[in-house]
Amino acid sequence: MATQTSAVEHMHSYAYKLRTSRIGLWLFILSDSFVFAGLLVTRFYLLGGHRPELEQMVGVIVTSVLLISSFFMNRAEVEISRGNRKGFITSTAITMALGIAFLIGVVGVEWQIAPFGPADGAQGAVFYMMTGMHAFHVLTGVVFLGIILRNGLRGHYSPERHWAVEAAANYWHFVDVVWIFYYPALYLIGTL
Amino acid sequence: MRKIFQYGLVRGIFGQILGMALGYGLVTVLQLLSGARLRAEPAWVVGGAFGAIGFLIALGAFTDWFRMAKGENVPEPEEIEEPQGGKRYWGLSYDHKVIGVQYGFLSLFLLVLGGLFGLIFRTELLAPQLQFLSFNLFNTLIGLHGMVLIASILMGIAAISNYIIPLLIGARDMAFPRLNAFSFWVAVPGALILVWSLALGGFETGWTGYPPLSIRGPMGVQMFFLGVWLVGWSSILGALNLIATILRMRTPGMSMFRMPILAWSVLATSIIALTATQLIGLSFQLVLFERLLGMGFFEPSNGGNPILFQHLFWFYSHPAVYIFVLPGLGVISELLPVFVRKPLFGYKWVAMSSLGIALVGFLVWAHHMFAAGMEEYLRVPFMYSTLLVAVPTGVKFFSWTATIWQGNIRLRVPMLFILGSIIIFLLGGITGPMLGTVSTDLHLTDTYYVVGHFHATMFGGYIFPFFAALYYWFPKITGRQMSEKLGQWQFWLLFIGFMVMSLGQMRIGMLGMRRRIADYDPAMGFQIPNIIITLAGFMVAISVLILFINLYRSARFGKVAVGNVWQSRSPEWQIPSPTPQHNYPVPLRVVGEPYDYAGGSEQYVELDGAAPAAHAAD
Repeated sequence: MATQTSAVEHMHSYAYKLRTSRIGLWLFILSDSFVFAGLLVTRFYLLGGHRPELEQMVGVIVTSVLLISSFFMNRAEVEISRGNRKGFITSTAITMALGIAFLIGVVGVEWQIAPFGPADGAQGAVFYMMTGMHAFHVLTGVVFLGIILRNGLRGHYSPERHWAVEAAANYWHFVDVVWIFYYPALYLIGTL
Repeated sequence: MRKIFQYGLVRGIFGQILGMALGYGLVTVLQLLSGARLRAEPAWVVGGAFGAIGFLIALGAFTDWFRMAKGENVPEPEEIEEPQGGKRYWGLSYDHKVIGVQYGFLSLFLLVLGGLFGLIFRTELLAPQLQFLSFNLFNTLIGLHGMVLIASILMGIAAISNYIIPLLIGARDMAFPRLNAFSFWVAVPGALILVWSLALGGFETGWTGYPPLSIRGPMGVQMFFLGVWLVGWSSILGALNLIATILRMRTPGMSMFRMPILAWSVLATSIIALTATQLIGLSFQLVLFERLLGMGFFEPSNGGNPILFQHLFWFYSHPAVYIFVLPGLGVISELLPVFVRKPLFGYKWVAMSSLGIALVGFLVWAHHMFAAGMEEYLRVPFMYSTLLVAVPTGVKFFSWTATIWQGNIRLRVPMLFILGSIIIFLLGGITGPMLGTVSTDLHLTDTYYVVGHFHATMFGGYIFPFFAALYYWFPKITGRQMSEKLGQWQFWLLFIGFMVMSLGQMRIGMLGMRRRIADYDPAMGFQIPNIIITLAGFMVAISVLILFINLYRSARFGKVAVGNVWQSRSPEWQIPSPTPQHNYPVPLRVVGEPYDYAGGSEQYVELDGAAPAAHAAD
């Protein structure tokens, strides 16, 4: 009886709910990855060994920017779990800036200089849809970063309680991992 | 006026209209400013999307999340004491029982709507040539009949899982109550947008929305895509919640293999819904963008490939039928032991067979494309994987047969529906291999035989078990029992009507009647069978009407349900009906096996400190 009651109390604890929330986030990421996988299938089904004519330099730069942003995202999470609020804020702000830079690189530069539009055959369709869907996810990630940055500035997170930071960070890494598949699929694999 | 706005649903619909006008106006203004040619289609698509957001904002589904984002404290959902009474069913509520009933209402509403669409075009088929429908309207109606009823089924299984699963595993609520409310309410604007397609010229493609036809047809198809996409999110997020609930919210001591078997089915269903649903959303999105921006995904003249759509579409839409039937099969396994007073035969095998169906279900999608001009080397592998589905499904049938064997059968109304579903699902099952085998499928593809087979699986796997669940758990929800007499009338009308309809469809299909046609050649002799099928369809409709009469009358005047109505070992029957606000007064303690009816004395769960409900005499 006593063990039963304590077991139930345990289920209402913050630590238990945190683990449930983590499962929820991972399930969402699993679900979302099916969208990206579907687009990857679309790319190889329609284009096969052909790759779209893109500016390689832009591809290398935006990819580096996004990968480096994940490093700072990780720093932000480590800093808040150590109780270093200032370090957390700096790292989050850098991550956000790099995310915005990535968006500018893809939507503001690559979309503008690409020699084809969305209506120009399968390569236009595939390129704009894949980068568009990914950019939409980066954008939502930036919005989440903005939220944790704002709440972090107000001191809402502690080393023990910062689920929002952890969630935003894991989402950010997920979007980053997606790009690790998309970059070669669009820029490297196949011939022009 | 202000009084009406207290109802969340009214506020939501008002918000949807506002959002729709806003989105429509915004796109039109932008088109005017940029000097582009005015096109209504982008305005309607953006209007539809804004409308859905407007609905959810006006309802208040985002309010708590906005507050969280602003860093404010919001109360734990389980600590909120919601006002009791009928009003809360018309607005946002975080109580899984309220949400379950809301899902049930929406499901029944869509069931009637989709059924009416069916009756309309079945009436048209009474005679050759067109009587009162146009070709376009006929096609729109068959498409909406399909998709509205798919939405109804998704809402129906969500109703069962939302109300019952937390009770079965001894939880106070779902793992994420706010997300749960959101999952339900996002389906409401979705369903409205889906039906709105009728007003925008309809669509010609049927429920599958195949390009290139869907790229060229009237723009009603855009509302169809948008509506399905929203209902799909409802299904995805609901599934996410159910998986988390089943994994994390079980009462301490209830191991996975001591869960009631329905929880296993819902878990398997949710795994499919969580992942595969994204692919129908994606495929419809791609067509939506192809129409808006001219992107060349599927139009061959612009570099696309329509077969790709079919791969993406069926990657969801085949597993979708397992989403529809697995909870139904779970209801069969859950209720059989109660009504034959014997343990469920082979519990672990039944549990694993659900996961097996879910797994194999991912590997069979291309059997819908044998005649589509798909890569030829894919045919035989997909034929074998398709036939493999019969193995885990067969496990369930053996389990049911062995459970009934020498049992002490009590033929109450839920049991009638359970037996009916086993028979009809068997009919649906054994008519399947002819379609899964390439050589015979090439003869039967796109005929009424497919229609007959499919409806048999849906009625056996969903409709009958859903009605069984309704009769079985109605006393738990309302505190009153449903009329046995009306229930028997409903069952026999439905069973006979359905059998005639389904077998009739299979027969004319084999004789060469094509599906999805508004007209047929009188010389082929299909008129008499078509008349019989239509009359049987009306018989099914009358049986559903009787159900509604029964629901209404029993909810108001039915016999008060006292204690353990069905002498079940299941935990939800050990507490009073209707279910108290926070389910169990004290935590459940699992002390035995869930279906040990033969043992008799041993209990499944114990409620410490609370006296179990008295066993009512029959």
